[in-house]
Amino acid sequence: MNEPILSVQNLTTAFRTSEGWREVVRDISFDIHAGETLAVVGESGSGKSVTALSAMRLLPKDKARSTGRILLEGRDLLTLPEHQMRAVRGGRIGMIFQEPMTSLNPVFTIGNQLAEALVLHRDMSWKQAEAEALRLMERVRIPSAGTRLHEYPHKFSGGMRQRVMIAMALACKPRLLIADEPTTALDVTIQAEILSLIAELQREENMAVLFITHDMGVVAEVADRTVVMYRGDMIETGDTPQLFAAPGQPYTRALLASIPRLGAMAGSVTPRRFPQVDAATGVATEGAQLPPPPSATQPVVKVSNLSIRFDLPQGRVHAVEDVSFDLHPGETLALVGESGCGKSTTGRAIMRLNTPSAGEILVGGQNVAKARPAELRALRRSAQMIFQDPFASLNPRISVGAAILEPILTHGLLPKPAARERVSQLLEQVGLSPDMATRFPHEFSGGQRQRISIARALALDPQFIVADEAVSALDVSVKAQVSNLLMDLQAQRGLAYLFISHDMSVVERISHRVAVMYFGEIVEIGPRAAIFGNAQHPYTRRLIAAVPVPDPAQRGTRPAPPAVEPRSPIRPLDYVPPKRRYREITPGHFVMDEAAA
Amino acid sequence: MNRIVRAMLGRLAGMALVLVIVATVVFVIVRVTPGDPAAVMLGSDATPQDIADLRSRMGLDAPLIVQYGQFMLGLLRGDLGQSIFLGQSVGQALLARAEPTFFLTLFSILIACAIALPVGVLSAVKRGTVFDQIVVTLTMIASSVPSFWLGLMLIQVFAVSMGLFPASGYGGPDSGFFERLQHLVLPAVALGVVNSALITRFTRAAMLDVLGDDYVRTARAKGATERRVVLKHALRNALVPIITVIGLSVAMLVAGAVVTETVFGLPGIGNLVVSAVLRRDYPVIQGTLLVVAAIYVLINFVVDMLYILVDPRVRL
Amino acid sequence: MSAAAASFLAGSRQLLRNPAVLMGAAILVLVVMAALLAPLVAPYAPNKLSIANKLQSPSLLHPFGTDEFGRDILSRAIFAGRVSLMVSLGVVALSTVLGVILGVAAGFFKSLDAPISRLLDAMMSFPDILLAIALVAALGPSLTTVIIALGITYAPRLARIVRGSTLVLREMPYIEAAITLGLPTWQVLVRHLLLNLASPILVQATFVFASAMLAEASLSFLGVGVSTDMPTWGTMLASGREYMNSAPWLMVFPGLAIVASVLSLQLLGDGLRDLVDPRLTKER
Repeated sequence: MNEPILSVQNLTTAFRTSEGWREVVRDISFDIHAGETLAVVGESGSGKSVTALSAMRLLPKDKARSTGRILLEGRDLLTLPEHQMRAVRGGRIGMIFQEPMTSLNPVFTIGNQLAEALVLHRDMSWKQAEAEALRLMERVRIPSAGTRLHEYPHKFSGGMRQRVMIAMALACKPRLLIADEPTTALDVTIQAEILSLIAELQREENMAVLFITHDMGVVAEVADRTVVMYRGDMIETGDTPQLFAAPGQPYTRALLASIPRLGAMAGSVTPRRFPQVDAATGVATEGAQLPPPPSATQPVVKVSNLSIRFDLPQGRVHAVEDVSFDLHPGETLALVGESGCGKSTTGRAIMRLNTPSAGEILVGGQNVAKARPAELRALRRSAQMIFQDPFASLNPRISVGAAILEPILTHGLLPKPAARERVSQLLEQVGLSPDMATRFPHEFSGGQRQRISIARALALDPQFIVADEAVSALDVSVKAQVSNLLMDLQAQRGLAYLFISHDMSVVERISHRVAVMYFGEIVEIGPRAAIFGNAQHPYTRRLIAAVPVPDPAQRGTRPAPPAVEPRSPIRPLDYVPPKRRYREITPGHFVMDEAAA
Repeated sequence: MNRIVRAMLGRLAGMALVLVIVATVVFVIVRVTPGDPAAVMLGSDATPQDIADLRSRMGLDAPLIVQYGQFMLGLLRGDLGQSIFLGQSVGQALLARAEPTFFLTLFSILIACAIALPVGVLSAVKRGTVFDQIVVTLTMIASSVPSFWLGLMLIQVFAVSMGLFPASGYGGPDSGFFERLQHLVLPAVALGVVNSALITRFTRAAMLDVLGDDYVRTARAKGATERRVVLKHALRNALVPIITVIGLSVAMLVAGAVVTETVFGLPGIGNLVVSAVLRRDYPVIQGTLLVVAAIYVLINFVVDMLYILVDPRVRL
Repeated sequence: MSAAAASFLAGSRQLLRNPAVLMGAAILVLVVMAALLAPLVAPYAPNKLSIANKLQSPSLLHPFGTDEFGRDILSRAIFAGRVSLMVSLGVVALSTVLGVILGVAAGFFKSLDAPISRLLDAMMSFPDILLAIALVAALGPSLTTVIIALGITYAPRLARIVRGSTLVLREMPYIEAAITLGLPTWQVLVRHLLLNLASPILVQATFVFASAMLAEASLSFLGVGVSTDMPTWGTMLASGREYMNSAPWLMVFPGLAIVASVLSLQLLGDGLRDLVDPRLTKER
């Protein structure tokens, strides 16, 4: 094989802390050749991003230092003088980042920022550079590039901004593209578009790509070879298909085993627990099937024709439009869709955290919007909520025990000594030790905090829980454990869940029924097996098809998705949404009528 | 352009509302005076007849709501009332004393910005170095110094001991502009230095804030020089908070001018209001308060308009 | 609450590791102790006349010199600290109470936001000294009126900060969780909101403390401040002005007393701000 584009040899990077230098990346070595994609994969804190930033020398000089060698086409970047390194950045190496929303400068036009990259490295005038910028925007398939060139970043959606970032990174035909979690902040259908765009451009330019990610599904889709990192160490490296087929290390095995795989539930009627993975050996034991929910009686929650609209200076946002569904005891209804589709707004309306514009929400037969203070107190007991961000869900100034105790005492459920006893029981039920009650939230990990939030929600012994992206922010192994906890609690207590999520593979495991939302409307609702096995609406199909498959063997079997600029959710004030009709495909499986849409 | 016009109209409406509240607050402040303002103003040897005269002259014998109505109507006509002691209208009194205050404020803000912007930016870029630490220490000390005390010290050193500048006054009635300018040097320095501390600290903080932003990392990843990263990408974004604080310090300078003018014997608006307070000339106090607040509201409006130029995201 | 106490202790220790904060705290302790124990530490009675000793330059007997009536400057400066601290503490207390009530009300209850915010806008458009002067002129000069005037002047500053932080916190899941748990509104506000606002309020209160000291000195200097028999740093400077040429110590020491006290508060405030979440204290 010829010389690699990038050769990282024994790279060690240390950060300055108050206790001295601490190594966050230890003795990493890998090569990337032209036209090849190498993925560096690991959970949060594994050092994968630091590796990429070290190669670009973008870490602050006074706070970080790297040793070893980073050879770009034979030249050691770590010893290069700063002015030569500037020619490398953006010239020989292009880089895109995780946060497209904040990575572009808000006060300059897209055209200006693209042209800047060209002026810096290619001997061009601003005029030539702007013409070339237009060509680049067309190249990354941004619709109506000619006018959008003169717009500011805030007018672009996340996916479009990431396209701009790619155009900027590729402006000077770099030999290496570093992509640091480029799709993590994006919706799954947008992710698919961006991944296929990167692959296509890589083919045309014969670039090397260093792809940093935490998502094994994405790795399987893009990487020729893979490096697995754990807490700063390189655990394992190899060709991607081989690594997936026969992982050599227990950690890799465990990581692969805990990925939720779409399609794993085919033929299963009720939810099934995630496999339990032995961290020491990486051996997985398939999770138990859950019993079916008690046969339908009265629904716990009945949402009828719910609409929620917000007025902005530019027009009206139809956040939720004519949404209806029932939720029965012991059942999990998943509300799925991409950001801005109105799923969280719906969940928050049920908790009376916002006010519906039209429609009715009944919880246990009680109208939520019209509840008087005493009735509202009763409602608060039966309906609870778990939030997405485990680090913001708990009051940092209140001990965990006090946080769980507070609602029990406020509602006068138990006298104080008995209530304390109850707190201990709840902590045990969510898999924590009762003596943790005196500790404060900052002493816990993300997964533990989410368990505490669950215990707090259970303190009032509710009938149902709105779980708003409750496991989305967790690392993959923790995600499986917390999902299992939710399923166990459902089986024990007959809880009903409204499980709001964008993560289709978790939804497939956990839910009995699924409702797919798109631009404020439910486009399809039905039993889980019907939605995943027999999707009718084009959007549902697109959503399922976009989920990365953690199996390198299946790569390239799916067609490249088109670039769709999402339509604006803002409508004129006098807009009257059309009345939708639904077809029933099989019993309980409804699809929005296409003719009307 | 349309966006800017619409934004201006919206802000103007908000401004009018704030001005109405300002006028009402001013009205209330003067009416909360315990006892009879007319009696307070005239002192202990006034006859009941004098007091009654003054009461009717000031309209104090009408019911409160009528007084309020007359006050607001007068404002609409641009009538700020009559000074009790100066024998002229409040408007005339303010106009006659506007020049020194205007130039004092203008020069001190120029001095403050000339010091603060470069030093603040440099200090943020060189964060943690000796230079930065010196800047942080000096600004901290400077913002703890009362401007009137600094003024007194400057007079002692530069006027009394070295005789470089006049110690007080504003020149005679027929003195030239240059002569008057000389009288403004020391007060403008005293005010400007104290206010530069605030702006420097703010500039430094705003720059540190944006230097950690993602798009700055993007600019570096593009291969831009550090100079370009700082002056183009970071500074432009830091401008919004910096403009805010400069607008704010203009208002603070007006307040500082009240004291500084007294120290330097400048016949400005500050001097007017202090003597009005000592003589209980309520219409003058009331009128000055109103005009200064209106100027502040106007400056805020200008700052808001500047936002729109600087930051394309500002909506409306 | 032992863990809370522990984390507070850890915070204080971290705070005191910063030499600037340490210096600020030391000066402040010195000023406060001198003021509290003024009758014990001051070498002379502050108003004791001694015409024979008038305008003496600093000496062992009178370390800061004497004024035109032969009064000891050091003793007067120490007693002046009492007035200054009393006024400033009163201002901090009043403006904090007003500011927290207005800020939380505007930030938490959407319907109250517009009216309160407009009122704050209007109040903030008066330069601080000018508003205080007008209020003192209306209410008549006294210790209480100066406190009320400056308290009203600085309350909007605190209210703005509190409103901004409340707006941020109101969206926090733990506040929403407290609402969905059915806790009464006062409990949400006090236990969940105010508890987490304590740090930004403390920081801002420290800065108001410093501003109030400066403002009080300015008012006294102009002759519209606290009119008591007790000296204040501002009045000492105003009366010393006449003798500035022959007796510069009349101007230097009271001025330095102001600078040192205000500086100590600014140092403390800066250290505190670095310690608490910077995003929370930022004005919105």
